[in-house]
Amino acid sequence: MSTTSPEREVGGQAPQSGAGVASVLRTAFSKNIRQSGMLLALAVIVVYYQIVTHGTTLHPANVSNVIQQNGYILVLAIGMVIVIISGHIDLSVGSVAALTGAVAAQLMIKQHWPWGWAVVAALVVGALIGAWQGFWIAYIGIPSFIVTLSGMLVFRGITFTVLGGRDVGQLPRGFRERTTGFLPKYDLGFGGKVHNLTIVLGLLFALFVVVNQWRDRRVQTRYGAEALPLYLFVGKVAAVVAFLLGFTWLLARYNGYPVVLLILAFLLLTYGFIMKRTVLGRHIYAVGGNSLAAKLSGVKSQRVTFFVFVNMGILAALCGLLITARLNSATQSAGNFFELEAIAAAFIGGASASGGVGTVLGAVIGGLVTAVIANGLSLTSASTGRQYIVRGLLLMFAVAFDIFNKKRVGR
Amino acid sequence: MAAPLILEMRDISKSFPGVKALEHVTLEVRQGEIHAICGENGAGKSTLIKVLGGIYPHGSYEGDIVYNGEEVAFKDIRGSEARGIVIIHQELALIPQLSIAENIFLGNEHSTRGVISWNETSKHAAALLRRVGLHENPETRIADLGVGKQQLVEIAKALSKKVELLILDEPTAALNEEDSQKLLGLILELKANGIASVIISHKLNEVAQVADAITILRDGRTIETIRVAKGEVIDEDRIIRGMVGRDLAHRFPERTSTPGETLFAVKNWTVYHPLDQTRKVVDDVSLHVRRGEIVGLAGLIGAGRTELCMSVFGRSYGTHISGQVFKGDKEIHLRTVSDAIKHGIAYVTEDRKRYGLHLIDTISRNVSLAALRKVSEKFVISEREEATSAEGFRKQMNIKARDVATIVGTLSGGNQQKVVLSKWIFTDPDILIIDEPTRGIDIGAKSEIYGILNQLAADEKAVLFISSELPELLGVCDRIYVLSEGRLTGELSRKDATQESLMKLMTMDRGASNVNNVA
Repeated sequence: MSTTSPEREVGGQAPQSGAGVASVLRTAFSKNIRQSGMLLALAVIVVYYQIVTHGTTLHPANVSNVIQQNGYILVLAIGMVIVIISGHIDLSVGSVAALTGAVAAQLMIKQHWPWGWAVVAALVVGALIGAWQGFWIAYIGIPSFIVTLSGMLVFRGITFTVLGGRDVGQLPRGFRERTTGFLPKYDLGFGGKVHNLTIVLGLLFALFVVVNQWRDRRVQTRYGAEALPLYLFVGKVAAVVAFLLGFTWLLARYNGYPVVLLILAFLLLTYGFIMKRTVLGRHIYAVGGNSLAAKLSGVKSQRVTFFVFVNMGILAALCGLLITARLNSATQSAGNFFELEAIAAAFIGGASASGGVGTVLGAVIGGLVTAVIANGLSLTSASTGRQYIVRGLLLMFAVAFDIFNKKRVGR
Repeated sequence: MAAPLILEMRDISKSFPGVKALEHVTLEVRQGEIHAICGENGAGKSTLIKVLGGIYPHGSYEGDIVYNGEEVAFKDIRGSEARGIVIIHQELALIPQLSIAENIFLGNEHSTRGVISWNETSKHAAALLRRVGLHENPETRIADLGVGKQQLVEIAKALSKKVELLILDEPTAALNEEDSQKLLGLILELKANGIASVIISHKLNEVAQVADAITILRDGRTIETIRVAKGEVIDEDRIIRGMVGRDLAHRFPERTSTPGETLFAVKNWTVYHPLDQTRKVVDDVSLHVRRGEIVGLAGLIGAGRTELCMSVFGRSYGTHISGQVFKGDKEIHLRTVSDAIKHGIAYVTEDRKRYGLHLIDTISRNVSLAALRKVSEKFVISEREEATSAEGFRKQMNIKARDVATIVGTLSGGNQQKVVLSKWIFTDPDILIIDEPTRGIDIGAKSEIYGILNQLAADEKAVLFISSELPELLGVCDRIYVLSEGRLTGELSRKDATQESLMKLMTMDRGASNVNNVA
């Protein structure tokens, strides 16, 4: 992934000639200030809790746990950042997740559908809900805040009806294993101690990153844009690869990659590509950045907005399936506050409340920062109250940090 | 006997990281005079004003400010306003949802212990409105006023603050000819009452009309201050020379036009207002543009020029649109903006910041937006092709930016306008409708824009050019259509048109236009 954030650029003056390493680094850093800042913060937070918890934080079981506990929020965050980039908001995703989970559970338990069909049905329900909300927002012009606030109530209400006032549980094993389990264990000759398939996938990911980064760099240099000097570039890629392999090694010593991690990786790559490289992605940024100018440039902004909400509905349904599988039951209160966590992740990761700015990768990083802090707090047995306070302040200071930076560099 | 100085700014220097915005600038304003500041965009005019107003507080600049014979050090706007210095910014600072009276006394309410006395507010507001010659009810919402009247409200607000020195940043930039004259008249009246004004303006004819003194800035330095003796006529060329540092012998580049066949025609075009569906905004207008021809569209604000063009361009404005559009001799139907683009029509919008650009995005992404198809394959964008095309425009159009990854919001107005033009030229249009491209940009950049228009005509395109500046229409166009209140009131060829004849057609009212159709 090489998502560059379209953050406002520094000043506008060319750097003086004879710039040293420090200034090159500074430029590279400030171009992407929120994302780099958050990555750095993530690293610091991990190290801090690693010390405070005497090594529990980076214990393979805990790492695996953090991913599985937060994967479904990150799925939502990916959809939410796209909604926010397009200049809207979606408050209904928690209720939609609950409803789609309930629908899937009822189909599996009451109607005895095969779980595969139930999954498809849940995703279709999600898409239809997205289409319903997208219709009012895009074609009728009701503010998304209001449409999705209504949706939040309506779909929570329907969830109650679908579940008939009680939890529906004991879901098929196949469904749970394929969504919240781990990759199967094959022995490919690395010994039984580590998860072989995970090692292989980890190496493939690393290779993918190297090839992708190299390709990007070649494109940059060919048209004469400023690229990182070679040694910094190699350093950066080496750091990413080392991180990927270290992470893989950690998980391989436990149960291997959780399925949810692969789902996330797939979504991150797909949506990252759509947002950065395709006409559709460009149109979403354009509509969010200045919808009047986008319209007059021939962008079909209503259709774009409609798509964004349909997509959000599908991802909310995916989230609903994951949470239902993880809890092994569909409950009336599933997904409470999920919308707020997803929105917070997007903003911490660099999205702008006025639209047009943000990245999928940033939202995932934002979600991870929150997740690691929440995990650290519960490992150090902080009270629930304290957890809320810390996460609330994190959101505020992450955005404040960004605004402060913009003021400093921007006159 | 020269009047004593009300304001003296001595040796003002101010730098931002990497740039010196002001270097030893000196400004001397006498009591009761109208003092104009002229300079290209980026010359430091706005910075100087912000230093004076305390927006850049004392300590963030070097040099001294002496006001009424006393050295002053303002920490913020309140400081300067307390001394009677009021700045009216180019972008008006009124709140559209509030009434005139509420806006005038905003932050300065007539109240006792936090409770507003509305009677007193209304009374004082009405008195102030009389003083500025605005006949409106003080309860009227700002949103219901035109820009010209809003400008008068700003001045009334300044008067409520016991203004001694009024500073106006581009006060007439958004006004039509008539409102501009009214405003200038008011400034002269204030002068008669002893209020001095500093006016920043690009419109040299207006400066020449009212100014007692002109200070010219260039690249952050004072070039000269011209004092005008009574009855003396200011030499506009001298101002221009000072501003650009070179002779602008050809403000309007020479062009020999050889129009070909008719390429674009609109017939019997009628449009109704989107909200008030009984009101015709464009009324039965027909016009045509030939290949290689630049045709002007003149009219006062509200005459329906922009509405006509936007409704043609993929029905982007209005309801109950009727009429026909022809390309060559074939009728075309433009239901959406993409239809229009596909048929080779480009509409370069007025108000580039609102309608034309994505200010938070890069040059290359702005240039490609209307023609992403050209730089993508199966919906996947080639960033290399995108950047290469944008780079081509950066060089060809002389866009002053380090590279095409520069954020458009950081560019000057003229360069932003070149980006909008690039974006539309990149769609390979045959017909370009260009709406107020030179508003708020400096003289050097204007001249470059005229050059681009000429080049488009030389490339056999049909150009329809909307402008509110008459000299510009006269200098650039082969023919000029005039609209007034939604109707076509005349068509003049280049050799027949003068500012006076255009103005007469522009102000012609509905009744008269039926009889008096100049051809």
